Amino acid sequence: MTAETRPAAPTPDPDLLYSEDEDALRAAVRSLLADRCDPATVLAGLESDVPYDTGLWRALAADIGTAGLLVPEKLGGAGASTREAAVVLEELGRSVAPVPYLTSAVIAVTALLALDHDRPEAAAPLTALAEGRTVAVLAVPLPTAPGGRPEPAVRADAAGVLTGRVTSVADAAAAELLLVPAQGPDGPELHAVEAAADGVRTGTVTPLDLTRPLGHLTLDGARGRLLAAGDRARAAVDRALLTGAGLLASEQLGVAEWCLAETVRHTAERTQFGRPVGSFQALKHRMAALWLEVASARAAARNAADALATGSPDAAVAVAVAQAYCGPVAVRAAEECVQLHGGIGMTWEHPAHLFLKRAKSDELALGSPGRHREALAGLVGLDAP
Amino acid sequence: MTDAQDLRRRTAELLAAHPPATTDRLEFLRARFDAGLAWVHFPAGLGGLDAPRSLQAVVDAELAAAGAPDNDPGRIGIGLGMAAPTLLRFGTDEQQQRFLRPLWTGEEVWCQLFSEPGAGSDLAALATRAVRDDEGGWVVDGQKVWTSSAHLARWAILIARTDPDVPKHRGISYFVCDMTDPGVEVRPLRQITGEAEFNEVFLTGVRIPDAHRLGAVGEGWKVAQTTLMNERVAIGGARIPREGGMIGVAAADWRARPALRTHDLHQRLLKLWVDAEVARLTGERLRQQLTKGQPGPEGSGMKLAFARLAQEISGWEVEFLAEDGLTYDDWTMRRPDGVDFTGREAGYRYLRAKGNSIEGGTSEVLLNIVAERVLGLPPEPRTDKDVAWKDLPR
Repeated sequence: MTAETRPAAPTPDPDLLYSEDEDALRAAVRSLLADRCDPATVLAGLESDVPYDTGLWRALAADIGTAGLLVPEKLGGAGASTREAAVVLEELGRSVAPVPYLTSAVIAVTALLALDHDRPEAAAPLTALAEGRTVAVLAVPLPTAPGGRPEPAVRADAAGVLTGRVTSVADAAAAELLLVPAQGPDGPELHAVEAAADGVRTGTVTPLDLTRPLGHLTLDGARGRLLAAGDRARAAVDRALLTGAGLLASEQLGVAEWCLAETVRHTAERTQFGRPVGSFQALKHRMAALWLEVASARAAARNAADALATGSPDAAVAVAVAQAYCGPVAVRAAEECVQLHGGIGMTWEHPAHLFLKRAKSDELALGSPGRHREALAGLVGLDAP
Repeated sequence: MTDAQDLRRRTAELLAAHPPATTDRLEFLRARFDAGLAWVHFPAGLGGLDAPRSLQAVVDAELAAAGAPDNDPGRIGIGLGMAAPTLLRFGTDEQQQRFLRPLWTGEEVWCQLFSEPGAGSDLAALATRAVRDDEGGWVVDGQKVWTSSAHLARWAILIARTDPDVPKHRGISYFVCDMTDPGVEVRPLRQITGEAEFNEVFLTGVRIPDAHRLGAVGEGWKVAQTTLMNERVAIGGARIPREGGMIGVAAADWRARPALRTHDLHQRLLKLWVDAEVARLTGERLRQQLTKGQPGPEGSGMKLAFARLAQEISGWEVEFLAEDGLTYDDWTMRRPDGVDFTGREAGYRYLRAKGNSIEGGTSEVLLNIVAERVLGLPPEPRTDKDVAWKDLPR
């Protein structure tokens, strides 16, 4: 690239605020989470064998109706946009809620929406997902970045029989329906596979982030229903990953917000050397710097959610910027939270570790910051040496 | 309520009555002020129409399209950004009528006599004295420093100590100082860049009529808060496009000089590009909040972000330029009208940006403000709060 070929640099006017409807949705989700998902409950759930909090999920997905936010009304959803789904994710991040919202209601739904959803093979699962009756996941490793095109790990034969192994699939054990990208005889395909079908095995892994379990999927002659083939299949997966990455920024914002608020609260109360520790300049500067990063992360995350909602041509840049920025902010906020809580921050009983584990896992999810910066280099014309 | 359509009509009328092509620049600016199109959110009669602040953009766009002259805002930034909002909030009718119009047209340049050699971040420790004279006016003695535009200024906003017997914040009063008074001496202060953008100002027996006081005697610190808050917004709040400002220069360098590229510099440039884009979005979000009448606390942080970015990007640029980064464009002592961040070379940007985290409140002071006022953290213990200024150690 030379000096003459500056990028077109479209800078549309995004709406970076929250609407009244979004505030109302936030209030409903926050109130539910306050009742059902306090840190002690999350911790207790981790000691059990269930892959996620099914009671919380039912209330969130079906009673409040968040599972169908992205699904059109004619398929039983709310016909809302990624802006609203992003608000839900902010709240879920603030409570490290163990529910498959990002994986099922955002990523799997977006993949299905990218198909011809007038046809029953896409419409039926969308309706079930919108009602919160089913959990679906896109069968790719959690670190997969949007736009990256690795060869699918699963092969499909001409009869739609699937063979292969997909590692580290988030919420795999929670899913009843698997959306499986596969390499077919003539190129990429996307299949729907019942998780309970013959030839499907889900092996659980011990995850770093206990609140978002991972599973290795083994498909050994499992029968898939072909959802799409060729460019359409590839585009559906790309769109799902781009949307997931863009909205993950809002979850990261929520994680960072909780960590900062708790750290400020703790250091304002905790006394050492005869003063609240939060009155020491060395500490308050760290929290003020973090506040600025969190405020900036909010702008970046809102920009990504808005660009995805409006179908902006800037969406790929907005998502890459949000992911390059918000992941490290959440990690830093969680690391500062542990450090500034002192010994308390290192204990299992205090929830800080849940946020650190979620933040670090989120940083790798859907493309690391470095991957997103690489993507950005191509998008804005700053080529590598 | 004045709306966008009304403002377009008024702008068209102004342009019809005073065609920019055939009208003297100053005459046009005066007419624009009198039409209420200078700063539309100001009151009628003072250059505005009591309109929403966000509608200024409508007027500016129409006037720019018509080729109308501007009032050179870079040159009169202190008047526009700091003196004017303070005069609007605390000035008497007479003061507002006297000062605002020539301030806006640029006929009268303003400067700010706040900082002193012994009172920078601890501004309220200032020692410049204002003492009552026989006629009820004031006589001012002291020294100010880091004063931008003092050599161009007709007027200054000045804070001085009027009561040394009370704690430091309570004994300060706020004045408008006539820079042509014989007791005012302006000396250039040469800076890190080689040029003298700032000045030292010596005040010796400067006479200020009581009619040039802003706010009550002893209430000057409160008045100064308005100035300082507006200063920080003005420094951090300019609207910029994507790749605007220094990151645009750095990105253009990168595209133009492939031979200088390294992988390490590429990684760092991409990170800075992201930081600059996010800072831009944060500023944009702040503006949207202001427009909707929900000012957020982000304003306090924008100056911090701007300073850090300017320093990191300019440092990157000098390094990227390799041999060219080792040279400097001009060390000649000059008296510029303002800061030229994109018109000069990388070395100048690098050195001048060092001031960004000092001027208008150091980053350290701003972090304290964010921590205490935004996050509500406990204040630093202060030993000087209840001590009379005259008894403080100096």
